[in-house]
Amino acid sequence: MNNITNQSLSEILESIKSKKISSLELTQAYIKNIENAKKLNAFVTTTFDQALENAKKFDNKPNNEQLLSGIPLAVKDLFCTENVKTTAGSNILNNFVPSYESTVTKNLWNNGAFLLGKLNCDEFAMGSSNETSFFGNVINPIGDHLVPGGSSGGSSSALAADLTPATIGTDTGGSIRQPASFTGTVGLKPTYGLCSRWGIVAFASSLDQAGPMTKTVNDCSIMLEAMSSFDEKDSTSINKKKESYSKNLKDNIKGLKIGIPKEYRVDNMPKEIDELWEKGKKILKDLGAQLIDISLPHTKYALPTYYIVAPAEASSNLARYDGVRYGYRSQKGKDLIEMYENTRSEGFGDEVKRRILIGTYVLSSGYYDAYYLKAQKVRQLIKKDFDDSFTKVDAILTPSTPSSAFKIGEKTNDPVSMYLNDIFTVPVNLAGLPALSLPAGLDKQGYPLGLQLIGKALDEQKILNIGYAFEKNCGYKNEIKKWWS
Amino acid sequence: MSKEKFDYFINGEKGKYEVVIGLEVHAQVLSNSKLFSGSSTKFGADPNRQVSLIDSAFPGMLPVINEECVKQAVRTGLGLNAKINNYSVFDRKNYFYADLPQGYQISQYKNPIVGEGKVLLDMPYGSKEIGIERLHLEQDAGKSIHDMDPSSTYVDLNRSGIALMEIVSKPHLRSPDEVNAYIKKLRTIMRYLGTCDGNMQEGSLRADVNVSVRKVGDKNFGTRCEIKNVNSIKFMQMAIEYEANRQVELLEDGKKIDQETRLFDTKKNETRSMRSKEDAHDYRYFPDPDLLPLKLEQKLIDDLKKSLPELPDNKKERFIQEYGLNSYEANVLVSEKEISDYYEEVAKLSDKKLAATWMMGDLFAMLNDKGLNISNSPISAKNFAELVQSIKSGEISGRIAKEVFEIMVESGDNPKKIIESKGMKQQSDPKELEKMINEILSKNKDKVNQYKAGKEKLFGFFVGQVMKLSGGKANPQLTNEILKKLLKG
Repeated sequence: MNNITNQSLSEILESIKSKKISSLELTQAYIKNIENAKKLNAFVTTTFDQALENAKKFDNKPNNEQLLSGIPLAVKDLFCTENVKTTAGSNILNNFVPSYESTVTKNLWNNGAFLLGKLNCDEFAMGSSNETSFFGNVINPIGDHLVPGGSSGGSSSALAADLTPATIGTDTGGSIRQPASFTGTVGLKPTYGLCSRWGIVAFASSLDQAGPMTKTVNDCSIMLEAMSSFDEKDSTSINKKKESYSKNLKDNIKGLKIGIPKEYRVDNMPKEIDELWEKGKKILKDLGAQLIDISLPHTKYALPTYYIVAPAEASSNLARYDGVRYGYRSQKGKDLIEMYENTRSEGFGDEVKRRILIGTYVLSSGYYDAYYLKAQKVRQLIKKDFDDSFTKVDAILTPSTPSSAFKIGEKTNDPVSMYLNDIFTVPVNLAGLPALSLPAGLDKQGYPLGLQLIGKALDEQKILNIGYAFEKNCGYKNEIKKWWS
Repeated sequence: MSKEKFDYFINGEKGKYEVVIGLEVHAQVLSNSKLFSGSSTKFGADPNRQVSLIDSAFPGMLPVINEECVKQAVRTGLGLNAKINNYSVFDRKNYFYADLPQGYQISQYKNPIVGEGKVLLDMPYGSKEIGIERLHLEQDAGKSIHDMDPSSTYVDLNRSGIALMEIVSKPHLRSPDEVNAYIKKLRTIMRYLGTCDGNMQEGSLRADVNVSVRKVGDKNFGTRCEIKNVNSIKFMQMAIEYEANRQVELLEDGKKIDQETRLFDTKKNETRSMRSKEDAHDYRYFPDPDLLPLKLEQKLIDDLKKSLPELPDNKKERFIQEYGLNSYEANVLVSEKEISDYYEEVAKLSDKKLAATWMMGDLFAMLNDKGLNISNSPISAKNFAELVQSIKSGEISGRIAKEVFEIMVESGDNPKKIIESKGMKQQSDPKELEKMINEILSKNKDKVNQYKAGKEKLFGFFVGQVMKLSGGKANPQLTNEILKKLLKG
């Protein structure tokens, strides 16, 4: 009972279904944890009253046929939630209360879950450390001086600190997988189009994808099943039959071919990352998988390509935050143009401004061909690299990040070194593929490290299966001292 | 038909100039809902009553293409004899303005849905083909209202997101008259197709006008100026007239024309510089990542082609062939679909040629007088056909027909009923007429003698007497014949 919140989602679901615990007790336990964890700064908004009411409602009339029966969930504050403030970590949306619910969160609620609160994130999901949020940086439960990763840093921190049994994030260039890796949790970026983007505050439309963040691979498959759907309201949504990822989860991976791309052994990569990768290969090999060396020759262009495409789309996506219809409006300025300038100067933080400027620049006439168009061409080549490899292998194994969680403030004045943190995650978004980050070990400081499994488009089941088998044989356990409470 | 010569030139001291005009017409697509949202497109609603979360660009909202708008664009393209592109792309055109909620307009830039086509104009100097460069789909912006409050601007987003077709002509137009004919022809085609109502008062049809001048015989185009957003044909013509003369004056003075965007001031009847080429917006076009490229299956295009109504050019040819009309008549009668429908209904029931004459004469004059159009004509096509038939059969004379027509307009009654109840039927019985004529001749023996003695002018006097006696109903042709016969005897 006492330790219910440090259990996995699937264990908690069992307890709810077998009536070992009520939804109300569960919710109260999480509320207590959250109130004791203010230091982590993981939440922007809490919805305790609403959650308690929903829990009681569930207990009065329990429906245990659902995927997430009676489960309170906190979600990244990038998902629009009906009548609950949605900020995207930005001052410009500090007062914004949507009248609508994002498709992904609605799917969760339709599967029996309810909202516990909104989780901090980098402003408009632009960041790798959750330090760009208007609501302050989030602290990694692993250590009080460490970043939780970003942009879904509130999500990873809350999950690792037992403030929510599972959560969802969004991943544009690694924003689910990198924070998962930094906190010793599981994070999945699904195939582009598997989860609807409708109602998610947009960063870069062609790259944004929502996904689950959980304690176990099984939890991850449950959450993915609950949140994904075809959505007519999103033109890029994929129309396919829903899959039962959790029911079909298997740990037999004998005979599967795992690609090892040589280009992911980057210069100056810490030795322990290399060792972690070797460890991962050995586990999979011992499970009967076949390791195959592959080449993804355009990998080195992925990061610069990403930092053209993503800011370009962002510069346009963020044009709507102009102070005219909703959100923050500066009271200064004598005409429309000055109102725009002051609103956006005061409303956006530095990182967002930096990316708007980069994006505006690469789209301007005279530079479009040299930057944006070229980046789109390179993006096709990156995608083709993966397509070619997937004719030979079932999945690809790489490290998730080039380092473990870094110190708060360590990279804030060096955007390029911050951007380099996305080096292993970004190619996947450019290619629209699914990728799973799994906790795989600790570095010498005792900080978690993750490995990444990349799959073919819509091949989530396979990478979940490999992850499931890996998890059982890896022996990783997240032991976090609750120093904050 | 005698052909006039084209003569729209501007004479300067240093030579004779011709005017080169190209139009970018913005036609509002007829559809129930907007291009990327389900909001209504009905005109005249209270401000901000037809605005969805998508139209007002709330966070996380995504556009979804309205298939009907795509079909309307394809139909229009087919009506312009244009190439339909199976692959087209929606781009974002980025700029900030208070009535542009997204901060960008979704438009089509490099890959429009419709490519090159052509429109045929009937000018007094012959028919002229105007090339179409392209047609693309785009969103309309909202409306900024600056005059409701002294210190604030109000924004109405009802129009925001409504589908527009931008139809770009090649620089093939050479005079304000050709512009008039071109706009009218485009409007006619789109009304036939039901793809745009062409209502310029409601802003359903507006145009940007590109004007340049060059000396007659020059191969190269002059520097052009673009006159933005002109919303009536009359203003387009006035703007072109002013702008072309302004450019000629500059050239005559040895000055250069700056490529720029200009506004037409309808009160002062002049164009004014809005922004120069250097100040032109950098719209940072790029493909909208929220929308997939638009791929049209050939079958859809073929099916739409098969279901197209008969278009004015074909109908005109058919009217000439089938109804024996001349080119001018056919042109007038196909200018509006409703007119052509009315005519065909009348022609089915009556003499085709006479029907055309009477429609283009008395009917149009009456509608014009009363400010009506053919669809709310007080005379139904069926009644009109009966009137035409009564004239043709000799039941009433043309002169009586005009009286019957007047009564039809007032009462809406059937002409047969009017003719009978008012006893207006023409006297065409030769025996009756002979009796009447004999009576007149016997009363006017002196005049008969004078006529026989050679004063043939008196023939008119006898006709007049017959008409007087018959109350105007005597069949004039028969009267003439019988009179001549009896006067000879």
